[in-house]
Amino acid sequence: MLYRENGQFKTSYGADQQVFPITQDRIGIWLVLAFAVFAVPVLADEYLFRAILIPFLILALAALGLNILVGYCGQISLGTGAFMAVGAYAAYNFSVRIEGMPLILALLLGGACATVVGVLFGIPSLRIKGLYLAVATLAAQFFVDWTFLRISWFTNNSPSGSVNVSNLSFFGISINTPHEKYLFCLGILIVFAWLAKNLVRGHIGREWMAIRDMDVAAAVIGIRPVYAKLTAFAVSSFIVGVAGGLWGFVHLGSWEPAAFSIDRSFQLLFMIIIGGLGSIMGCFFGAAFIVILPIFLNRALPALGDLVNVEISTAAVAHTELMVFGALIVFFLIVEPHGLARLWSTAKEKMRLWPFPH
Amino acid sequence: MKFTHLASALVAAATLMSTTAALAQAKVQFFPSLTGRTGPVAPNATPFANGYADYMKLVNVRGGINGVMTLVEECETAYATDRGVECYERLKGKHGGATVFQPLSTGITFALTEKVPGDKIPLITSGYGRSDSADGSVFKWNFPLIGHYWVAGDTVLQHIAKKEGGWDKLKGKKIGVVYHDSPFGKELLPIITERSKMHGFELQLLPVPAPGVEQKAIWLQVRQQRPDFVIMQTWGVMTATAIKEAVATGYPREKMFGTWWSGAEPDLKDIGAAAKGYSAVMMQHGAEPGSTVVKDILDKVHAKGEGTGPKEEVGNVLYMRGVVGAMLSVEGVRAAQERFGKGKVMLGEQARWGYENLNLTQAKLDALGFKGVMRPVSTSCTDHMGSAWARVHTWDGAKFTWTSDWLQADEQIIKPMVKASAERYASEKKLQRRDGADCQS
Amino acid sequence: MGFFLETVIGGLMSGMLYSLVALGFVLIFKASGVFNFAQGAMVLFAALAMARFSEWLPQLLGNDSKVLDNVLAFAAAMVLMVAVAWLIERLVLSKLVNQEGITLLMATLGITYFLDGFGQTLFGSAIYKIDVGLPKDPMFLLQSVFQDGVLVNKEDLYAAAIAAALVIALSLFFQYTSTGRALRAVADDHQAAQSIGIPLNRIWVIVWSVAGFVALVAGVIWGSKLGVQFSLSLVALKALPVVILGGLTSVPGAIIGGLIIGVGEKVSEVYLGPFMGGGIEIWFGYVLVLFVLLVRPQGLFGEKIIDRV
Repeated sequence: MLYRENGQFKTSYGADQQVFPITQDRIGIWLVLAFAVFAVPVLADEYLFRAILIPFLILALAALGLNILVGYCGQISLGTGAFMAVGAYAAYNFSVRIEGMPLILALLLGGACATVVGVLFGIPSLRIKGLYLAVATLAAQFFVDWTFLRISWFTNNSPSGSVNVSNLSFFGISINTPHEKYLFCLGILIVFAWLAKNLVRGHIGREWMAIRDMDVAAAVIGIRPVYAKLTAFAVSSFIVGVAGGLWGFVHLGSWEPAAFSIDRSFQLLFMIIIGGLGSIMGCFFGAAFIVILPIFLNRALPALGDLVNVEISTAAVAHTELMVFGALIVFFLIVEPHGLARLWSTAKEKMRLWPFPH
Repeated sequence: MKFTHLASALVAAATLMSTTAALAQAKVQFFPSLTGRTGPVAPNATPFANGYADYMKLVNVRGGINGVMTLVEECETAYATDRGVECYERLKGKHGGATVFQPLSTGITFALTEKVPGDKIPLITSGYGRSDSADGSVFKWNFPLIGHYWVAGDTVLQHIAKKEGGWDKLKGKKIGVVYHDSPFGKELLPIITERSKMHGFELQLLPVPAPGVEQKAIWLQVRQQRPDFVIMQTWGVMTATAIKEAVATGYPREKMFGTWWSGAEPDLKDIGAAAKGYSAVMMQHGAEPGSTVVKDILDKVHAKGEGTGPKEEVGNVLYMRGVVGAMLSVEGVRAAQERFGKGKVMLGEQARWGYENLNLTQAKLDALGFKGVMRPVSTSCTDHMGSAWARVHTWDGAKFTWTSDWLQADEQIIKPMVKASAERYASEKKLQRRDGADCQS
Repeated sequence: MGFFLETVIGGLMSGMLYSLVALGFVLIFKASGVFNFAQGAMVLFAALAMARFSEWLPQLLGNDSKVLDNVLAFAAAMVLMVAVAWLIERLVLSKLVNQEGITLLMATLGITYFLDGFGQTLFGSAIYKIDVGLPKDPMFLLQSVFQDGVLVNKEDLYAAAIAAALVIALSLFFQYTSTGRALRAVADDHQAAQSIGIPLNRIWVIVWSVAGFVALVAGVIWGSKLGVQFSLSLVALKALPVVILGGLTSVPGAIIGGLIIGVGEKVSEVYLGPFMGGGIEIWFGYVLVLFVLLVRPQGLFGEKIIDRV
């Protein structure tokens, strides 16, 4: 009754091809954006910014990049942490070695370096498929980790191997308070999400999806697998590299290679699987789920324990967190193997018919 | 029907949470505890957290800090930097504001070093963290009290030199360094490299990628190169694996020396007699089952059933490290109360002044129960370390025994290194050195 | 020369230990098409069970014989692993039939987290000891030929022998028993096997139990070597290149892959490592596998991947 396309006629190709053709969708997304930009900075406290919102935004960006590779192009990659690391360290080197390098340029250049590395490690995908490719990309993960630990030039010859950045500024506006960091990350995320959505709706996105679904058939009808797969790796690594730069610069401030370890790669893969492969919306759902759930469990379990007067030790909370996390992942995969995005679109479908049952 | 159930449950939860919040308004000095009770360092970090909590309970039994009770809340980091940062953000404002953080992880220390100046909460990083943070005029909020990695490296080399008969006897010898491939491990290298240049011994650097499950290749290289000594800078389960591999390749344990994070009971007790002869340099305290403070904890805390961990653990090396860490936290607050008001709850920045003006004489330490365990600690605006004493203990198959006198790290060498490294940090961050006026605040 | 021999022998034996873990992966993939990322967690869980049972059972039953304790603990741990296998099949696998490979992979990752937390809740997170009588001291061979002799780790030698025996037993099981034949039939074609009356669910429980048994043996050996602690589950990351190199569906591939990776890792770390600053063995196995896959995309002994359009 409320959510339907009746009466919405398009009179130009432009209007027909918009990202959100249904007016209700458009209103919805503007409302969400307005809430995120105007209401959240007022309502949220510092802890919410630093511990939940900023990691959520940055990891959603990284999940976006990974979803392009895994969800849209079908190349399983377990080396995402490595590309984030390349982005972060490259951005660091650019900003430290070149006086007066603007932050945004450093991040983009970091992304560009990640692209180069991504394409390099994407070359095996031309020959290797499926699970074999997943393990081959782990080579990228471990090799890049080792490189940043061993080659001290990358860490500006710091004796401990840890790097740090501070005093970030964006065209003169400083980015040091949680509010500013949040808005900066939100801005970058919105731009990249919009770019990604248009990419996957366009010619290149269709090529990726063809390769994902039936790569031999796609090659037969004239889609060049080399071009499609390597561009997928390139675009994905760029976005992931920028996300890595943001993670190091904006969220952590000081990092070592362990911040981009294999656990990060698995975490991102979880995000896109839970959120929904092949869906831009899904990246956000997945990122929210994976970022918020551990913290929620960590705080809710002792509170639950207090309610029933049972003292749960810190270690037991950590273990239970792991168990519930694992169980919930399995549960979601059983209930909706296509992810939360599918649940969302099913809900929207039902909304179209509401209040009628079918 | 269901809605009312839900509503009443929510109301009950809300009242409960608000009551706990109301209770928290009472006068307490809040000491957050970042723990590593799970993950790769669990066997070693758990006794530390237990010791920390137990000493804080003892302080309360003894009447608090001039009447102000301590409150400890733990947050699990599993030795992961991002979880440590999240725990920091969560706890820093609770219960009236955190007094001091002890991250027990070099990675988390590096991340928090960037955040604490803005949040005005001091960091105590006894025996770890940034070695250059001993320079208080650059690192206003970091306190590597009673030692850092360069003290460890220097004293362990002093011990080896003494055993050989002098620094000149080390010329031409080879020393292998097995270290955790991370900022924690690498922090040891500057002092060892410096000493190797000064005295002409060769270094064989052997990094072990975390978590160090398989170290056969490393110890095969040790066997091939035959270093005269091996120094270990490892932490957590990596240490036990290293010693087991050393046993398996036949490298004599008498020639192995760990730094203070690489020589505690969890690392050695499963190996038992095969690890006999392994030594480690300790930051003043070792396993102190006979000390007065341990007796007090057993009598006044564990006997009442308030002990945090198992009773058998009380007095172990890492347990004592937690006790010493807690003691330093509390004494800094006590010193701050002298200036800012006895019997009042101290803010983070007031406690910081306390840590910077710590003057723990031997008499004070003995009164607290640390006779024979610790030597005097005295910090200042420029020196945030306070003391550079260490001694070496050796595993005899079942327990540790002291095998060296008190050693003191050579500040003539270390201070310039600290200053130079702090200068680098200051110039990178465009910080000014603190002036005299700032030191008084 | 002697030292090179030592490195190679050490590598071969490390490789056998990796193969032990890799066998679990191969078994499950062969029979159910699931890449079981939880194998590492299963190794840790089984090792924890064995270590703690061997500690608790003497207290419960009061006997002193170490051999009896170990045997009982092993049996108890095996029962636990069968229970875990049954639960996994019931709660996870049967509900995810016909899903894509990556979904099943993620489900096994979820199981990993669950087993990690569950194992530590049941058994604790300190380091525990497994003592099945494996010798710890080194053995020096050929001292007359080479100065200082060639070091051979006795414990590793026993472990390699046990691994070899296990492989032979498994091969015999697959070839000569009816259950083994049923397993091979299921691996070949699920639907055909079902149509001739092979109960898939029971087969999967059996496969996961056998994989659990392999995990238990691997856990006992690794646990005896390293002590049972958290990083034992990370041994799976060391075994992954072995699985891929040998081919996901080949048991002899797991052994040969293990030997190659073991030797490659150790030789590269000892001879190449010093020039590159050390620590290269963590990625050497993976990079080696990457290059082999470029030549043979299905691994050395894996089934050729045939795409039908």
